[in-house]
Amino acid sequence: MKASDETIRKCEEAAARMRVNVLRLAHMTGSKGAHLGGCLSIIEIIAALYGGVLSLDPVNPKCKDRDRFILSKGNGSLAHYTALEAAHIISEEQLFTFGQNGGLLPGASSLNPELGIEYSNGTLGFGLSYGVGLALVSKKTANPYKVYVLLGDGECNEGSVWEAAMAAPHFNLSNLTAVVDMNSMQSDGKTCDVMNTHLENMWHGFGWDVITVDDGHSISQLLDALMHPCTELKPRAIIARTIKGKGVSFMENNNAWHHNSLSKELFDEAIAEISQAKRPA
Amino acid sequence: MIQINPSNIRVWSLLGQRSALGQVLLELARENEKVIVLTSDLEKTSGLDHFAKIFRERLINTGIAEQNMLGIAAAFATEDFIPFAISFANFSVLRACEPMRHFMGYMHRNVKLVGLSSGFANGLFGNTHYCMEDIAIVSAVPGIVIVSPADCTELAKAVEAVSTFSGPVYLRLTGIMNNPVVYRQNFDFELGKGIVLAKGTDITVLASGSMVYNSLQASEILEKQGISATVIDIHTIKPLDTITIDQEINSARLVVSVEEHAKTGGLGGAVAGHLCSLRHHPPLLRLGIEDKFQPAGDYHYMLEQNGLLPLQIAYAISQQFSSLT
Repeated sequence: MKASDETIRKCEEAAARMRVNVLRLAHMTGSKGAHLGGCLSIIEIIAALYGGVLSLDPVNPKCKDRDRFILSKGNGSLAHYTALEAAHIISEEQLFTFGQNGGLLPGASSLNPELGIEYSNGTLGFGLSYGVGLALVSKKTANPYKVYVLLGDGECNEGSVWEAAMAAPHFNLSNLTAVVDMNSMQSDGKTCDVMNTHLENMWHGFGWDVITVDDGHSISQLLDALMHPCTELKPRAIIARTIKGKGVSFMENNNAWHHNSLSKELFDEAIAEISQAKRPA
Repeated sequence: MIQINPSNIRVWSLLGQRSALGQVLLELARENEKVIVLTSDLEKTSGLDHFAKIFRERLINTGIAEQNMLGIAAAFATEDFIPFAISFANFSVLRACEPMRHFMGYMHRNVKLVGLSSGFANGLFGNTHYCMEDIAIVSAVPGIVIVSPADCTELAKAVEAVSTFSGPVYLRLTGIMNNPVVYRQNFDFELGKGIVLAKGTDITVLASGSMVYNSLQASEILEKQGISATVIDIHTIKPLDTITIDQEINSARLVVSVEEHAKTGGLGGAVAGHLCSLRHHPPLLRLGIEDKFQPAGDYHYMLEQNGLLPLQIAYAISQQFSSLT
């Protein structure tokens, strides 16, 4: 199956809006800051999922046969909130409560089915187990929803990820997709320096169907992978090569922006760069 | 309702809590289609053989992967199932500590986590398989009910009760095969409500799990020495039944907690925490597992090393009691 040009365009528009909102919200938090790098690397992945893949009802986010999206990499929560807003599941007003003390949209998201948030994240490595469970329920109850779990490449250091990775092929979970945001960086630096792994081989070795997306910021490449038909009774891992801090040159591949606050000056600079990029050549 | 009759009581007690669990869950599953069971490679050990034959589709074996078991169980709970997730207590609570906190505490999923063979029941397997810290750990996590049945009859009652209770529960199983019978017939079991098993005038013994029977035996020994004891089965350790405790310590000159768990952080710790909030209260003697790793041995030996056999419990109590006068 191929995504229509219309779908691609809509996802790209949503991604552009999301990227601006991530920066606005990060700036709004003042000195508290946000996980900017890891949010900007997953913008297109989440935009493609919400705009072209997930079957959801914005009016009834709890509807029984909805697809389930689990954000396992908690650092991406802010990006997820902006996707929920772009998909009209939460309002712009709700979105701008991000980071408020005691609010509904904390730095790492907290389970809230009414807002379309399926999972509490923050601690790494547990989302895939939960996704395996949801996919297993779908099979056992013949409720044909699909489950998508978004993980970070650094997150894949956690052993618990591999307990879940081991189980999914055993249970023939062809309704489960794990998307790995391979931005090649983690808190302490490059993933190859911190813990050098070979993720494609690992997922493949655990029995998953592996699809690599060379440009994890290309909506059409992402949709091609996400809509690739399952031919076997296997779960699918999509390894999306991304750039941490994507879209803002001073943030790209710069781990100072793993978590940081965004001054007015830098915010303006970032917005100017993004606006520039949006204009047709 | 799970049938509580002399035949079941006899069979379950022969099996002990660990293997009786599978029988009890089979009975429960027959009546409640939402009940599913997860285990990390302990089907046979938890007596689930028969369950597996009848309800293969409702038994999920995650392999030796307790963390994953918790995550999968939580998802089933979200989708309105009633999952019982089973491993040895040390793995259910210690290996899967953070998933327990995350899914049962923070996400408050309706998971019934079972810790098999807690305390010293794993005998010669040794210290990695003993569990003297589970109550301390689970009780520190907000929002999880902790239940430890006194015998297999109470296990059946507790399993039934937690299946209809909406919220995460840690079910702590103790003892070995030939689990002594405390409850010889059906009785009213209410989560969070202690059961007064013996009425006395001098001291009040609060016991949980395997130590309920041993405390009853100890109270009979004490009776002969002229010390009259109230014995209460505190099957629910969190939330603690402070109402019954307050009523029953009123006239007591000594309160005793007895548990097959570390003296710190378990029933004794919870009771101490409550007592010190009262203006006046009798002194508290806490009996339990010593605060050290000890050379391993069989079940009886380990209880003996920690002063938890009936005669030893009676002796410790009478020593303390006589020092009061």
